[in-house]
Amino acid sequence: MLGLRALTAATVGAAAVLAAGFAAADGHGDKPKYGGHFTYVIPSKAPPSLDAHRETTYGVIHPVRPYYSTLLRVNPADPSSDVYVCDLCLGDVPEPTNGGKTYTFKLKSGVKFHDGTPLTSADVKASFDKIIFPPEGVSSARKSFYMMVDSVTTPDASTVVFNLKYASSAFIPALAAPYNFIYSKAKLDADIHWYEKNILGSGPFILDEYQSGAQITGTKNPNYYLKGLPYLDRITGVFANKESIQVQALRGNRASAQFRGFPPKTRDDLVRALGDKATVQETDWNCVLLATPNHSRKPFDDVRVRRALTLALDRWGGSEYLSKIAIVKTVGGIVYPKSKLAATKEELMQLDGYKADLEASRARARELLKEAGIDLSKTYILNNRAVDQPYKVVGVWLLDQWRQIGLNFEQQVKPTGPFYASLREKGDFDVSIDFNCQSIVNPPIDTSKYLSSDINPANYSRVVDRKMDELYNDMLLEADPAKQRVKMRTYEKYVLHDQVTQMITLWWFRTTVHRSHFKGWKISPSHYLGQALDTVWLDPDADK
Amino acid sequence: MHKYLVKRMLMMVPTLIGAAILVFTLMHMIPGDVCALRYAGTGGTFDVNQIEQCKEELGLNRPLLVQFFEWIGGFFIGDFGTSMWTDRPITEEMGPRVLLSLQVAVMATIISILISIPLGTISAVKQNSWIDYTVRCVSIAGIAMPSFWLGILIMLGLLAVSNSLLGYGWIPPIQYIPPLKDPIGNLTQLIWPALATGYRYSAVATRMTRSALLEVLREDYIRTARAKGVIEKLVVNRHALKNSMLPVVTVIGIEFAFLMGGLVVTEQVFNLNGLGKLFVDSVTNHDYTLTQALVMLVAFIFVVMNIVIDVIYAWLDPRIRYS
Repeated sequence: MLGLRALTAATVGAAAVLAAGFAAADGHGDKPKYGGHFTYVIPSKAPPSLDAHRETTYGVIHPVRPYYSTLLRVNPADPSSDVYVCDLCLGDVPEPTNGGKTYTFKLKSGVKFHDGTPLTSADVKASFDKIIFPPEGVSSARKSFYMMVDSVTTPDASTVVFNLKYASSAFIPALAAPYNFIYSKAKLDADIHWYEKNILGSGPFILDEYQSGAQITGTKNPNYYLKGLPYLDRITGVFANKESIQVQALRGNRASAQFRGFPPKTRDDLVRALGDKATVQETDWNCVLLATPNHSRKPFDDVRVRRALTLALDRWGGSEYLSKIAIVKTVGGIVYPKSKLAATKEELMQLDGYKADLEASRARARELLKEAGIDLSKTYILNNRAVDQPYKVVGVWLLDQWRQIGLNFEQQVKPTGPFYASLREKGDFDVSIDFNCQSIVNPPIDTSKYLSSDINPANYSRVVDRKMDELYNDMLLEADPAKQRVKMRTYEKYVLHDQVTQMITLWWFRTTVHRSHFKGWKISPSHYLGQALDTVWLDPDADK
Repeated sequence: MHKYLVKRMLMMVPTLIGAAILVFTLMHMIPGDVCALRYAGTGGTFDVNQIEQCKEELGLNRPLLVQFFEWIGGFFIGDFGTSMWTDRPITEEMGPRVLLSLQVAVMATIISILISIPLGTISAVKQNSWIDYTVRCVSIAGIAMPSFWLGILIMLGLLAVSNSLLGYGWIPPIQYIPPLKDPIGNLTQLIWPALATGYRYSAVATRMTRSALLEVLREDYIRTARAKGVIEKLVVNRHALKNSMLPVVTVIGIEFAFLMGGLVVTEQVFNLNGLGKLFVDSVTNHDYTLTQALVMLVAFIFVVMNIVIDVIYAWLDPRIRYS
């Protein structure tokens, strides 16, 4: 009995700390208010399924996350930090034992699914087994993030143990990914595909109605395990793929927020229209556009040509000008720029294409093209995706940059289907725009994008370079953060400078605009994060 | 007449098969497939096996002819299959959207008839007067103005007017309100897209009413009626108008069928989850089964509307007999 009381007290305490911390972090010091119906727009079409373990789009996170719990999550009070907090687990994120190879999680007691059945360690194990070791015929989009996991065990109903093959700094961030919904073992046992079309979680809201591609509505979960939360009585997510509708919905107060982000001009228009009824939040974004040369096509199999391409780019100038019209801004290497593992400005400026003397870089690029015997009268193909922000904007910028060294590119803009057909199957491009957009900032995993194409087929450059793969593995397996940072620099230099297997253009910059009466939400480096909506609230006074 | 209708019904079958072959071929000519899109992902990882497994599950690796006959076979026994994107039954995906599109189409048609018949009649009767010129200006503007553009203007106008009058911006609801749940709310939401499309629709019908009525008003029997001393109002309403309605009915019928699946951009402007939006999503998702089902639905609506128009012809003009 004492144990139960202690657990309950710890749960209530954790909830209070979470809620109080969040209220303070809101910036106004306002006391959260209960009640209200919060409507937000989901800037996406209907997701293929409702199973977040299977899907990769934020189009499933934004509508569905409020109905589920996860084991860990980013701290809603400080979502830009790399500190994670327990959601279903008790207390703080556990420290590993067994030389960093064992993580033991105690679960909160009394947690129930929305159908009233208790949530136990068996449900957590069943969910992570589905993610990490999916059976034949079951898709798991991120199972490669958990290469280090050997097994998941449950010594008792409230304890889950993750046994790793090797110690890894990438494990805890991977575990906190927002897709890792905890499902009911009973449902999974009955039909492992059940969650593709149904919703049953233990999150802050209980599903009322889902209309595919139209809207999703839920009501407050009165038995939510974080006592005192959620603040809202009701939530509705409305699918609205067109930016004009999202803007008008905010202006006309039909919705209070859109969580993905807006380009700078839209931000300015909204602020002009709404004045102090609009709140703007901005941060660096864990998404980046790449320029990927096709190593299987001449002359881009020649490192001199690839180096010329990167030397031609004025990233620092591009950052200044493009950030006024597009959702890109930050100059960076292969690691999310705000991460502890990212290169500093000084380190970046040692790399080709990042140096201060642009004219010298471009002169060197012209020399390299001459050395490689490039025919400057030829026109090359830049494959791009028919998405305005920021693909087409960055594509036009690249054409201009390469023209400065005498290289002519024609931009072929394709809808997403044909774009991926070119990247994956046809390979009918000289250089292509590509992207890397992750949720949790987890550089050792995020930078696997640059591994050889036969190891990671998402590297569409068709490069195979074992030295590069070794450098990555060396960095991945390094447990000491300081040493790992040094090894990351070596890997990064090899990718971006020595071999120029791919080029980083500019990192995205996230700008959200929401109605000022919507409070308690803080922007994070990813539009996949901060979507539980249990700590947000509405302040009707803000509209007066 | 019954024989004629049965014959027309039977002729629907080859028409629909033709449409089916066309849409199936066109859809499979577009590069990429639904599996590649489903796993477009976050850019960092890409599992070839996952895509192959998806193709296997959806039967995309089978020969095209097998896929076609399986689909068309199901279609003729009323089995539309499941959406390749959401894996939900196509009838479930289309059901609520058909109702919404039908309601907008009916409202737009009513608005169009209420505007076009009186205006077209006045314009014809008062030919070359200032009234005629005004009506012609209004109708030509309606034809020239795309309905989605008018929709955008309506939305921006509502925001501007409500801001100045009420002190806050107002736009119609962005989520669908079923008419049985809240009729006023439903009307508040759908009257604007119905106006935007109904205006363009009425412009075409007004022009058609005017020209058809002008032609009929020059007929001998109208002259005879006038010579017998029938008052002008009765000449127009009883003798001329009904006989001038044949081409107007054709325009109204065809436009109605078009509205059922063709309001692609207008639906997006008002965030209506109708058939037009579903069409765009299904094509961009490479959702073959859903796109094919939607094309067949629209083709079916067009064929049925043509039959309905023929029946109305016979009602309007008893001299018309189908045998």
